[in-house]
Amino acid sequence: MTIVETKYAQLADAAKPLNLRGGARLGPVTVAYETYGELNERKTNAILIEHAFTGDAHAAFYHKGDVKPGWWDDMIGPGKPFDTNKYFVICSNVLGSCQGTTGPASIDPKTGKPYGLSFPVITIQDMVMVQKLLIDHLGIGKLLSVAGGSMGGMQAAAWAVMYPQSIHSAIIIAACHRHTAQQIAFHEVGRQAVMADPDWLQGDYYDQAIPKRGLAVARMVGHITYMSESSMEQKFGRKLVKKDALGYNFSKEFAVEGYLEYRGQSFVERFDANSYLYLTKAMDYFDLTEGDRKLSQVFSGVTADMLVISFTSDWLYPSYQSQAMVRALKANEIEVSYVELASNYGHDAFLVEIAEQARAVTNYLAKVYKERVI
Amino acid sequence: MIPIDYAIIADIIAPGSKVLDLGCGEGDLLALLKDKNGCRGTGIEIDSKAVVRCLERGVSVSQGNINGDLGVYDDNRFDYVILNESLQQVLNIEEALDEALRVGKRVIVGVPNFCQWKARLQVFFLGEMPVTERLPYKWYNTPNLRFLSLQDFRIFCALKKIRIERTRYLANGQEVYFCTNLLADSGIFVLRRPDTIKT
Repeated sequence: MTIVETKYAQLADAAKPLNLRGGARLGPVTVAYETYGELNERKTNAILIEHAFTGDAHAAFYHKGDVKPGWWDDMIGPGKPFDTNKYFVICSNVLGSCQGTTGPASIDPKTGKPYGLSFPVITIQDMVMVQKLLIDHLGIGKLLSVAGGSMGGMQAAAWAVMYPQSIHSAIIIAACHRHTAQQIAFHEVGRQAVMADPDWLQGDYYDQAIPKRGLAVARMVGHITYMSESSMEQKFGRKLVKKDALGYNFSKEFAVEGYLEYRGQSFVERFDANSYLYLTKAMDYFDLTEGDRKLSQVFSGVTADMLVISFTSDWLYPSYQSQAMVRALKANEIEVSYVELASNYGHDAFLVEIAEQARAVTNYLAKVYKERVI
Repeated sequence: MIPIDYAIIADIIAPGSKVLDLGCGEGDLLALLKDKNGCRGTGIEIDSKAVVRCLERGVSVSQGNINGDLGVYDDNRFDYVILNESLQQVLNIEEALDEALRVGKRVIVGVPNFCQWKARLQVFFLGEMPVTERLPYKWYNTPNLRFLSLQDFRIFCALKKIRIERTRYLANGQEVYFCTNLLADSGIFVLRRPDTIKT
């Protein structure tokens, strides 16, 4: 069992703050990150993994004393698609999150108290800007690949547009180039649940009870959107929890109710409610076309080789969104591969439907390494 | 060993050409054209598992449908568009060929001959839909949607004023030069747009 540790780097400070897309300045900024494998001498084998919404820097292997490995351990490790025998794999926690990188729960040095809602609103592009600083800090000029699913895929797409000279390839999984009305709507339900919790206190709850109920409800809604109707039906159906007959009351009777409650409860123990608001907002703001540009224009400067993957049952980030990106890339004569993998797991597929995805990523990275690096 | 139809197509295509392979399967032909002819190629394939295999061969392919997926390309984007053993599986043949001829300067079509003598004998003597080594499917499990002879294809091109620039005919992996509609089990046609006839 390989034990890994999270590392930290301070990438901006009060004297040299980050200039955020929304106009605000932010500093200091600390980034939590992990690395796996060895950077080769020519520094040509580095891959940046982008985590999804509530993920963290701990993508693979084990932390000391943990029984569960990192969130993408099926994909990262020796002999796995992001093969740590070949590649140097980096994963960092995104800006605005709460798992080591600066976010609304961090202490504002000006006040000595957590930022709360005084934390500036951030965007996907701001997250990517911070990752670029991390890559510079690690002395890597050009990444072999950036890869991620869901919000991670949005970051990978943003990388290809923002820093075309800094990546050889990008792997965009179950993502989009802009959030749609439905995607924004689900997030808004989550945010309203948090903000309706009397313990939320306009985000200033850090020295008292946290807004557990609101955050748990938000997470429950999220989980529904991450599954498909048929995967829920298969997993739970109308199964009852610990009883044989209906009780005709409002206790948690159905297995699916119990599952959502469990997911909600375990989430509030590890995630900050304000980070929930900031990260959902960052995704909702995400629109590479900035409202009026043509996507093919947006991608006109892309030089990376691109792999786009979607899943048949993903209704939260449906395949047509991936296909729109693929079309716009093709229109620019950019080398792009696209595959829609069959899965029943809905949006969660990129975390659980590993076999074909693994094969695609393994082959793709080998191709890119051969064509662009050797 | 390289299948003869691949060898012929590789022989037709000029080195360094830009190619689009429609219905590229697991990417063997594209890989051959890339490695042997130094072509820049991409493909469209409907089966996701085949697309993943394409990546293994080092070719960039996107999953999609031949009908409706060429709209993103400008006219003459490719030197060659290839429809090898795929045209007969397309629902809207005219649209597919029109689009292929628009985005490609030349289109290479490889089609099986459903009226080769072996098939004709089966129809005549058995009164059954033909099943041959070249066309191994039963009527109920065939992926083919369109059944045509080489003569049918030539008539179609004449009707659409599509210029047939070159032809190669095959039977059992050998080239055939006469009575092609009777003897050949497949044909490879190099096509050009009607408007190129004058130029």
